[in-house]
Amino acid sequence: MAKTDSTLHPRPGVAFLGMPAFTEAAHIALGDDQLRRNLGRATRTIRDKRKRSVAELDDWQDLRTAAAMIKDRTLADLDRHLEQFEAAATAAGAIVHWAADADEAVRISLDIVRAHQASDVIKVKSMATQEIGLNEAFAEEGIHAWETDLAELIVQLGGDTPSHFLVPAIHRNREEIKQIFLDRMGEVGRPAPEDLTDEPRRLAEAARLHLREKFLNTSVGFSGANFAIAETGTLVVLESEGNGRMCLTLPDVLVSVVGIEKILPTFADLEVFMQVLPRSSTAERMNPYTTMWTGVTEGDGPQEMHIILLDNGRTRALADNTGRQALRCIRCSACLNVCPVYERVGGHAYGSVYPGPIGAILNPLLHGVSDEHDAALPYASSLCGACYKACPVKIDIPTVLIEQRAEVVDERADSGRPNAEALAMRIAAWTFADHRRLERAQRLAGRAAPIARHVRRLPGLLGGWTSSRDLPPIPDESFHQWWERTRGAGR
Amino acid sequence: MTGDPILRPMGSKEQVLAAVRGAIKDAVAPQVPRTYTSDLGLDRAGLVELFAERVGDYRAEVQVIDRAELSRVIGKVLADRRIRSAVVPDDLDPGWLTTVTSRVVRDAPYLTPKDLDQIDGVITGSAVGIALTGTIVLDGGPLQGRRAITLIPDTHLCVVAADDIVGTVPEAVSRLDAGRPLTWISGPSATSDIELDRVEGVHGPRNLVVLITT
Repeated sequence: MAKTDSTLHPRPGVAFLGMPAFTEAAHIALGDDQLRRNLGRATRTIRDKRKRSVAELDDWQDLRTAAAMIKDRTLADLDRHLEQFEAAATAAGAIVHWAADADEAVRISLDIVRAHQASDVIKVKSMATQEIGLNEAFAEEGIHAWETDLAELIVQLGGDTPSHFLVPAIHRNREEIKQIFLDRMGEVGRPAPEDLTDEPRRLAEAARLHLREKFLNTSVGFSGANFAIAETGTLVVLESEGNGRMCLTLPDVLVSVVGIEKILPTFADLEVFMQVLPRSSTAERMNPYTTMWTGVTEGDGPQEMHIILLDNGRTRALADNTGRQALRCIRCSACLNVCPVYERVGGHAYGSVYPGPIGAILNPLLHGVSDEHDAALPYASSLCGACYKACPVKIDIPTVLIEQRAEVVDERADSGRPNAEALAMRIAAWTFADHRRLERAQRLAGRAAPIARHVRRLPGLLGGWTSSRDLPPIPDESFHQWWERTRGAGR
Repeated sequence: MTGDPILRPMGSKEQVLAAVRGAIKDAVAPQVPRTYTSDLGLDRAGLVELFAERVGDYRAEVQVIDRAELSRVIGKVLADRRIRSAVVPDDLDPGWLTTVTSRVVRDAPYLTPKDLDQIDGVITGSAVGIALTGTIVLDGGPLQGRRAITLIPDTHLCVVAADDIVGTVPEAVSRLDAGRPLTWISGPSATSDIELDRVEGVHGPRNLVVLITT
């Protein structure tokens, strides 16, 4: 049976409150063998598949460059594009709202649901609604928000949080999923068939039957959007299962929560993004279903359409000249799948809805680094650069990480908190500056060695250095002492 | 100002836009190099062949047939798959249905989602096919109906005219009208959420039959 530590599979909540910071969470995750097996297998599979899918296109590098530059161009003129989007969407019959932060987006969402006296809403997987903690806020008001993506359903029924953008239940294996369905589906709707097996086809069938009831009976739908087209007011959602089409087509009222960085200037720009996103995420030539819609179409789909444009820290990230490029992100998750750190610790250790390499830079950009959680994230990397190479919009994650590490050090210096790293460096500089001091220090270390052999982790911030590697044993004799003792002996 | 926040969504528009303007005051908009491929250089037969192969890769059933055979093939597919009832858009060519023995329901007046849930299949045309990716695009235009009919029944029989097949995504996008509700379909509904195993069939039609007419 899989070991599932409660600190590792946190209860849902904004920014995973109560999660330990990355270093500690990574330790817990590393101890979970089942998690590491599930993750290792999944990330390996998807990595290989993506490589093949991308190799099929001769113009892949051209597409990446075009995608990156379209995003930069949009961001450099974002105010104009946002106003253009609002005007076009409004002209097409949508109602556009602006939310400066998560609270405001939640408040607007609640007002819409209350105006329709709805007790239930159906949702297609959306990072933006997770970011603002929509489901939890609805639950407090007695409104059920039903996740309809298979993996999100697994996560929701399992009382747990997503650990990957694309396959949020990547940390769960089929046996665990079967058990969650058997235990929980009946509590919230149509129960799972009693003879359910752990065969993926049977598990998918159980989800189909369970959710069909909700699709046919719920009048308010919530979504995010992969892209929002300024020129036309069009929203775009890519998906695989058809739950997205259900949520975007069947309800009377649709609410889409859209980060302000999702804008693309023209409909024609989709010719680039409809190529780079599917191949980078599910590693397919094309995802099974994409819905593109503009406002309200009479007789087809929801007749009341709300769009909530969400800032929630994005303008903070936008103001960072180096970090701004993180807003190019199209949430494909390619960087997660190639990251050696993510592969070993999983998504929960990052303590945010945005895990992996992109999460490591995006969270500090959105919130700053004054919080210990965000301050730990720029260190959640070996700077190997695999993420940059895989990124379809060419976000130079390692460069942003390095800049953020400097910011973390500055933040600590400014806050006047004792900084173990800075202190150690100052002592080292003083020691190395004089050879007598160095020799004394080495003799002391040698005498401490019998004790130090039992020390595996250093305290404080230095713990970051030893948290994932063992401290090497200190030799009884330094090289200098050995040289003094044996000089000439070998000649 | 009146109070209803739903009808008068003023929110924080000015605040967000001011923050955006402050953040990008030094940003420079780069040029976008569009050096990617827009044309495969294939002739009609080559496009049909590639499209059929790529749709087939998604484990959809694909047949390339002569336009004159269409009604016979539609009747046979429905019979072979034991489709007892099928919904069709109101403007579907009756000539397509001459050999169909299943119960045919026209979507006029519009069926409710619960009605559609009782129907086995749906027959439609399409707007554009993309050869490179094996994608069919529906735009709610002639022979396609509204979005719900191709979503709820479990089998979608979709007719793609060879003339509507283009090579690449850029060619397809240039043919589409953003003002229409668009659905891009690449194979049957699928998920890879359980240990990254691709499983056909979750919420959308679990069976996709594509008839390419030449």
